[in-house]
Amino acid sequence: MSITLNEAIEMITLEADMLDHGDFREWLSLYTPSGIYVVPIDPDTEEFEKTLNYAYDNAEMREKRVERLLNGRAISAAPPAKTVRLQARYRMLESNAESCTLRCAQMLTELRQGRERYYSANVTFRLVRIDGALKIDRKIVRLLTSTEALTAVSYIL
Amino acid sequence: MDILPDPTTLVNEDSADGSIYSNPDLFDMEMDRIFMHNWIWVAHRSDLPESGNYITTFIGQHPVIVSRDRKGEVHVMLNRCRHRGATVCEHKKGKAASFVCPYHGWAYGLDGALRGVPFQEGYTGQLDKSNYPLISLRVEEYNGLIFASFDHDIMSLDAWLGRTKPWIDLFMKQGAGWPIKTMGEHKFTFPGNWKIQLENTTDAYHFPIVHKSFLDSVDSETQNTFDFVEGNGYVEDLGHGHSVMVMIPDLVDLDENLEAPIPERFQELADELAKDYPDEQVRRIVRAVGGSGFNLNLFPNLACSMAFFRVLRPLAVMETEIRHIAIGMDGGPELGNEMRLRLHEHFQGPMGFGTPDDSEAWDRVQRGSLAGRDISILLNRGLGHEAQREDGNLFSDVSAETGMRAAYRQWLVDMTGKTVRAENGE
Repeated sequence: MSITLNEAIEMITLEADMLDHGDFREWLSLYTPSGIYVVPIDPDTEEFEKTLNYAYDNAEMREKRVERLLNGRAISAAPPAKTVRLQARYRMLESNAESCTLRCAQMLTELRQGRERYYSANVTFRLVRIDGALKIDRKIVRLLTSTEALTAVSYIL
Repeated sequence: MDILPDPTTLVNEDSADGSIYSNPDLFDMEMDRIFMHNWIWVAHRSDLPESGNYITTFIGQHPVIVSRDRKGEVHVMLNRCRHRGATVCEHKKGKAASFVCPYHGWAYGLDGALRGVPFQEGYTGQLDKSNYPLISLRVEEYNGLIFASFDHDIMSLDAWLGRTKPWIDLFMKQGAGWPIKTMGEHKFTFPGNWKIQLENTTDAYHFPIVHKSFLDSVDSETQNTFDFVEGNGYVEDLGHGHSVMVMIPDLVDLDENLEAPIPERFQELADELAKDYPDEQVRRIVRAVGGSGFNLNLFPNLACSMAFFRVLRPLAVMETEIRHIAIGMDGGPELGNEMRLRLHEHFQGPMGFGTPDDSEAWDRVQRGSLAGRDISILLNRGLGHEAQREDGNLFSDVSAETGMRAAYRQWLVDMTGKTVRAENGE
């Protein structure tokens, strides 16, 4: 049976909740070992390896990013910004028994040092079923403002 | 009548008044006296590879178009229609045969000439198109770096860059024999004055403190390479506000030391390249991919910073935009360029492991420096053992504030109107 919209939403909502509550180590386990977390700049590219991104994280880089957020040695992340994100407008682009691709909208508010900032994005997930459980194999965060000047993002989008 | 601040009271050889980061009147003076009377970097040659290519950018607060005309000549023109002042182009880059103002349809060529005016008979002979081209600025280029200036009387770019030229040439060796090309950019703003970032480019002192978390994220060999504050590097004043900070002396000339062992983090790349290139070329590419061992600060808005271009743009007295432009080998191995992109992403940009910490430090300088009145910002580190080379360049140890002192000397020359004029004594 194909992965249902509800199953997929349950998975990515869990991820969003973990990120907003700082459960970064647990967050790592949501990904497949070959999974990629990418925040591209070019709104049209699918060739992330060949273009400059804000983040292009394999498992090793994700671990380093989490370490950076947790160890208190990065002044921009000591502590990391607080975030609240809402996801909605879910659409299943394709789905089968082993994998699916889901796209949704994400509105995120961050608070750090008394400044509230906002980032909106289209987020595409590729989820795969491994031993009965869904894992994130690819997460592509396409920021609405990706080609504009951003401010320091000391958290995981 | 407004009384302008007196810059001579704000900057000394070894310190500056904290208000230089926050005085709006001083900022307005800077935008005029510094950004309209110096050579300002606008583009790299590879941004405009062919006739018809253009980009839009800014000189200080002025929007400009940089274009390459049909003959291949580069023009820098104010992005302002001569009729009512609307911008004639809002794309960041592209290819065009002309720029047409969207308001009343005035059309300009790639060289800025006014080519067409709709319903021109309405002017009953009172509009001579040859009198209304887009306003062109002076343009000169050195080794792929394109600069422009509002001021037609200042010295040539060649004279302005002067003693920085050998360093620019060294920096461009990151092409490993191929030309350099730009490969995208990280763009971000921070709520602080532009000079806070200008100072940072030749500030080695902050590196082990601010970038602890970056150093945590690399292997021990790379950590050692970046452990340069007590090393034998140096900062040197190159004149006209320019300076160079040599952090890793072994990586100054990328064509040298080719026999040195390949660092572990580049071994996989070297192995792959060895399938297509002879050993010496592999070593040359690997060294180029790792970047230069120095930061060259070109007053007031460009840095050739280790492995990328840093461009700053003042947006307001307490708001600055920074671009970190990735560069690579134009025609070189794709794998090498991809590794450069990954290295750039690792440190640079709003989600890098380095830039957000720099940005946090600058943000704090801005906020902290608003506390109190008449309190100095210190610029005296390394002054006690600063010395002069035979060519006259001042230099001191790598963590010295020699580069900042150089920049503020030029700042003062510009701000007090004593801009260095052309050698013919104009």
